[in-house]
Amino acid sequence: MLVYLPIAEISTNLFTLLGVGAGVGMLSGMFGVGGGFLITPLLFFIGIPPAVAVATGANQVVASSISGVLAHLRRKTVDLKMGTVLLIGGLIGSSIGIVVFRWLSALGQIDLAVQLSYVLFLGVVGTLMLQESLRAWYRTKKTGSGRRKAHKHTWVHSLPFKMKFRVSGLYISVIPPLLVGASVGVLSAVMGVGGGFIMVPAMIYLLGMPTKVVVGTSLFQIIFTTAYTTVMHAVTGHSVDIMLAFFLILGGVIGAQFGTQIGLRLKAEQLRILLALLVMAVCIKVGLDLLIQPDELYSIRIAGGP
Amino acid sequence: MRGLLLIALILLSLPARASEIVGALSQNRVSLTANFSGSEILIFGAIRRTADEVTIQEADEAAGSEDFDVIVVIEGPRQAVEVWRKERRAGIWMNVDSVGMASVPSFYAVASTQPLNQILSPEADEAFRISARQAIRAEQVGDGSPETLLFAEALMRIRERSAQYLSLERFVHIDRDILFRTNVRLPSNLTEGAYTTRMYLVQDGQVVSQFRTAIFVRKDGIERWLHELAYDQPFVYGLLALVIALIAGWGASALFRIIRQQ
Repeated sequence: MLVYLPIAEISTNLFTLLGVGAGVGMLSGMFGVGGGFLITPLLFFIGIPPAVAVATGANQVVASSISGVLAHLRRKTVDLKMGTVLLIGGLIGSSIGIVVFRWLSALGQIDLAVQLSYVLFLGVVGTLMLQESLRAWYRTKKTGSGRRKAHKHTWVHSLPFKMKFRVSGLYISVIPPLLVGASVGVLSAVMGVGGGFIMVPAMIYLLGMPTKVVVGTSLFQIIFTTAYTTVMHAVTGHSVDIMLAFFLILGGVIGAQFGTQIGLRLKAEQLRILLALLVMAVCIKVGLDLLIQPDELYSIRIAGGP
Repeated sequence: MRGLLLIALILLSLPARASEIVGALSQNRVSLTANFSGSEILIFGAIRRTADEVTIQEADEAAGSEDFDVIVVIEGPRQAVEVWRKERRAGIWMNVDSVGMASVPSFYAVASTQPLNQILSPEADEAFRISARQAIRAEQVGDGSPETLLFAEALMRIRERSAQYLSLERFVHIDRDILFRTNVRLPSNLTEGAYTTRMYLVQDGQVVSQFRTAIFVRKDGIERWLHELAYDQPFVYGLLALVIALIAGWGASALFRIIRQQ
């Protein structure tokens, strides 16, 4: 059954869209990630124009984060003050990202820029995650438990404009969280992702936040940043496809329910190795598309289109 | 079929003039709705011959030859496009240069009784801009360099592959030397606007008569509403996208929680 997408201006199979949504939803349920980094490249592969894929990807992240945010707010595992500082950074970053996105579109290089950012970020994050999770897996096999040291005093703690973050138990400068938020904002605008895969490690290792508030706080920042990004893409590029987003979300929420069940049956270390491998696989696929000579060297862009 | 006969009867009853072509469409309105998956258009019509031609025709038939051919052209709304070319730079295939074309058809189908080059002289093709090559000609002339021509070729190649430019040779059928008909399939990725439909009566490589009509393609229903909102009220559209995402995301997980608790 075909559905006509009013913004992408193509007809796509309904079940393909539901399937992409469900597949990504299942993985995000299993691993507790937003899934934006998977959905945007998958939309490229099924022929959605990159600009529409990125903008609609951001919209889908809003939907996949909302139930998580509400759950964390109920459990009070959100540092609202830190979340707000990260969010201010996020809004600034997203605005910059939107401007860069428009500029690259005008140059005809947006596809390349999006693909390169995917290769770069997924490659780095995938490698680090694989290394870390293999080490953790090896450790649990050998000794049973390896404990991480309490946070060290680094250059982050010697910057000015210090602020007290009670929930996180931190007294640090606002500059690092603003920068972390801003870089995630740029990624959200250019890649159509939430950016959790960058923000969570940055919050733990760079800001030294306690692990129990990290996920809730990052989701809090992500939902507002991607919401802002969605509206900005709609206003500046008319590139958010509600119809496309709707079917992806519908597939996604159903998939997530099954993913959570599967996730509960697997060990944390195994999950992290699987996630790392998945990130690497997406990275390699996007990268190969850039390296292998395409069948058709020419492409058509319609002026004034998304 | 009754329509065809009616046209034929009217034509036969008219006083004799030069040979003429008259045509009609099975539908002149196409709605792009949520489940639009392309549309088949039947184009049909009749050829009216002058009295002396009828006798020549009869003589020709005795010799086993046909004299008239019909060409049907459907042309979608014109758009400004950029054609980009990729090249390997630092090991990566990236867009390096582009040629802008101010106005090329978004859809172009040519259906004919015989291959075009056998029934139409190049001069007539150029004068009436019948083949796809001629339809984007004005853009090729731009600076006329062989480089630019490569981009125009690429445009045609890509659009032929995506079934936006169709060459339907031997797809027009002439019945009893007077009625003609053809089917053209409009693909699912249509652009909104007027699709001009031209029918040419061709004899000895020359266009003898032509007939024009149009198909109007427009988005309809929720598709139309969403598309208009996205362009007229982008901020409201963006907020609507958020509200749908929030309701769908939250509602579905709340629903599953309730199901699981029971």
